[in-house]
Amino acid sequence: MASFTRSLCSFSRINLGLQGSRVLTQVPNLSSRRTFTASKPFPVAQYGGRFTVTMLPGDGIGPEMMGYVQNIFRYAGVPVDFEVIQITKNSTDDEFENAMICIRRNGVALKGSIESKYGNASSGSRNATLRTQLDLFANVLHCKTYPSIQSRHSDVDIIIIRENTEGEYSMLEHENVKGVIESMKIITRKGSERIARYAFEYAIRHGRKKVTAVHKANIMKLSDGLFLETCRSIAKEYPEIEFSDMIVDNTCMQLVARPQQFDVMVMPNLYGNVVSNVVCGLVGGPGLLSGRNYGEHFAVFEPGTRNTGASVAGRNIANPVAMLNSACDMLEHLDLQSHADLIRDAIDRTLNVDKIHTADLGGQATSLDVVQNIIHVIQANTKDSSW
Amino acid sequence: NFPQERQVEMAGRVAKFLISGARLAGVRHYSSDARTVTLIPGDGIGPEISAAVQKIFSAAEVPIVWEEVDVTPVKGPDGKFGIPPAAIDSVNRNGIGLKGPLMTPVGKGHRSLNLAIRKEFNLYANVRPCRSMEGYETLYRDVDVVTIRENTEGEYSGIEHEIVDGVVQSIKLITEPASRRVAEYAFQYARNNGRSKVTAVHKANIMRMSDGLFLRCCREAAERNPDIKFEEKYLDTVCLNMVQDPSKYDVLVMPNLYGDILSDLCAGLVGGLGLTPSGNIGEGGAVFESVHGTAPDIAGQDKANPTALLLSAVMMLRFMNLYNHATIIEQACFETIKEGNFRTGDLGGKAKCSEFTDEICRKIQERNG
Repeated sequence: MASFTRSLCSFSRINLGLQGSRVLTQVPNLSSRRTFTASKPFPVAQYGGRFTVTMLPGDGIGPEMMGYVQNIFRYAGVPVDFEVIQITKNSTDDEFENAMICIRRNGVALKGSIESKYGNASSGSRNATLRTQLDLFANVLHCKTYPSIQSRHSDVDIIIIRENTEGEYSMLEHENVKGVIESMKIITRKGSERIARYAFEYAIRHGRKKVTAVHKANIMKLSDGLFLETCRSIAKEYPEIEFSDMIVDNTCMQLVARPQQFDVMVMPNLYGNVVSNVVCGLVGGPGLLSGRNYGEHFAVFEPGTRNTGASVAGRNIANPVAMLNSACDMLEHLDLQSHADLIRDAIDRTLNVDKIHTADLGGQATSLDVVQNIIHVIQANTKDSSW
Repeated sequence: NFPQERQVEMAGRVAKFLISGARLAGVRHYSSDARTVTLIPGDGIGPEISAAVQKIFSAAEVPIVWEEVDVTPVKGPDGKFGIPPAAIDSVNRNGIGLKGPLMTPVGKGHRSLNLAIRKEFNLYANVRPCRSMEGYETLYRDVDVVTIRENTEGEYSGIEHEIVDGVVQSIKLITEPASRRVAEYAFQYARNNGRSKVTAVHKANIMRMSDGLFLRCCREAAERNPDIKFEEKYLDTVCLNMVQDPSKYDVLVMPNLYGDILSDLCAGLVGGLGLTPSGNIGEGGAVFESVHGTAPDIAGQDKANPTALLLSAVMMLRFMNLYNHATIIEQACFETIKEGNFRTGDLGGKAKCSEFTDEICRKIQERNG
């Protein structure tokens, strides 16, 4: 039976792949996260009740963080097996291709950040290539102020939905004349439609009231103009959600003055990079937030600000919460809600009640302190239950 | 052998020729001479704040002669709207301009005037110093950042096309001469204004060739200027750190789009565009401007805040090497805002524009004795 289901899954996966572009229609009312905008469920590798997930530790603090994740999962009894693939900045293209195949097979991945090798203009950024090849078109970042973390602004609760595959990150550059370099920014109607629809569906699904499109259409009239137009036309299909748009420099100014006015923000790739880093800084730093990358068939989870953290690697001072939050997001995606809640509760207790903060949050604790506290809380909560 | 009158006449003509030649060669840098500066009052609150600045400058006895021009576009001989030639001549001749806010009407037949002025005078670097102002407190206390942004190319080259229906391509152009120019200017500015560090902001991990070229030019300029510290940071790192701890950065140099976003971000940290000066440096001169809007709702009611234009004018004085006058006027302005009795409406006070101006003039005259 299991093998029949497995082959059915793989058959449907191949089928979807060959269909090419599909127009997204209504969202079926099945399990919430799995069928977000795809009209069929995400394929996952589930054998005998245990899931297999690809793990890409990456460079910098990635490997240590992944170690903590695996440790905590063991204590929490999470039925997930990790397939670890080491991709660093020195990996060859073949190794990278193997990693891609692994993610396609498993459907879900947990990822650190892969450092880019400087000076070599031919190979693109590995992170960006991963995203475009797997067509992970939406990057979702949920930024919320933590009650016990000091930050200049309180009551911030912003969802940033950023287009992840096109725009300025198309990595198409050429030098026609010596000393003159052209870099192309590509915006397509299909891409903009996809991300706009995702944003509105997300807003409805999570009870949000407002979507703001961020752009620079006064200067880049055709490209950002197309993005804005597409967002406006999709907005008409969702009259219950309030839609507005704002120019990116004004957005940044408003964010540092009064970030509470924003709810859901949708934007192309580069502005997404800027805005997500600004908002991450406003709520207390890159050590806490997790980013989710969704495509039609695959989902990849990583720390929100995609830093390699090379300056804090190996010194036991990095904040493990970001990677742990991404791991919890992954568990929710796999519908392992109870395990996710267990770990999130432990993180919450550690940060807000026991107040064990690492250096980036203004405290003195080491990464290991944080992890051990989380494990203690999990052990305390699962003392009476049995697997 | 010419008759007497002819000789005098010829001598007169030769003398006139020599003098006009000298004038054309730009011989007007005598420190005792007054320099002529082109003034573009602008629209909306522009005229009142320009008048305020002129009043303050005369109170401080700055050796400047103002030449007011109007840049409302006129139809040229080819039918296209453009800046009137009188204005262009004026700025070309004087080399320095001070500009108030200009209105860009939507849907009319001409492009943004700001962009036109920038292109016309080849203003390649936009400098925006952002400093926390005592007396107008925001959530960020220790901001002292200068953003220097490449002003002519990059993402704003305006080259866009629709390749196929539904696919649009916008080209970002980075050239070596422009990058080199702005990098060199950044280090020069740092040296002239006592700054210690220049940070190049880029995204060379994604846009390898274009931002890579920009970064290379910055590195070369750094080698030529070893007395100033140099570092390079990714755009996302800078954004992240800027909202958490702005004191980490000193002078930032970057291509056009990042510069636009970051300079507005920094302006937001210190209290908005109403307090931020801005200068555009070109090869033959410079135009200093206030970057806020024309505020048509308060125009003519004596409610406007001339601080942005005044601080831009102070930047202009420093550019013209009139450092003493610049410091006196700047001090008077900061003190007035700090004391708080004469703040205008946008800073939370109730004073009128004229009262604010008079207070500054009073402080300057007190200072000068």
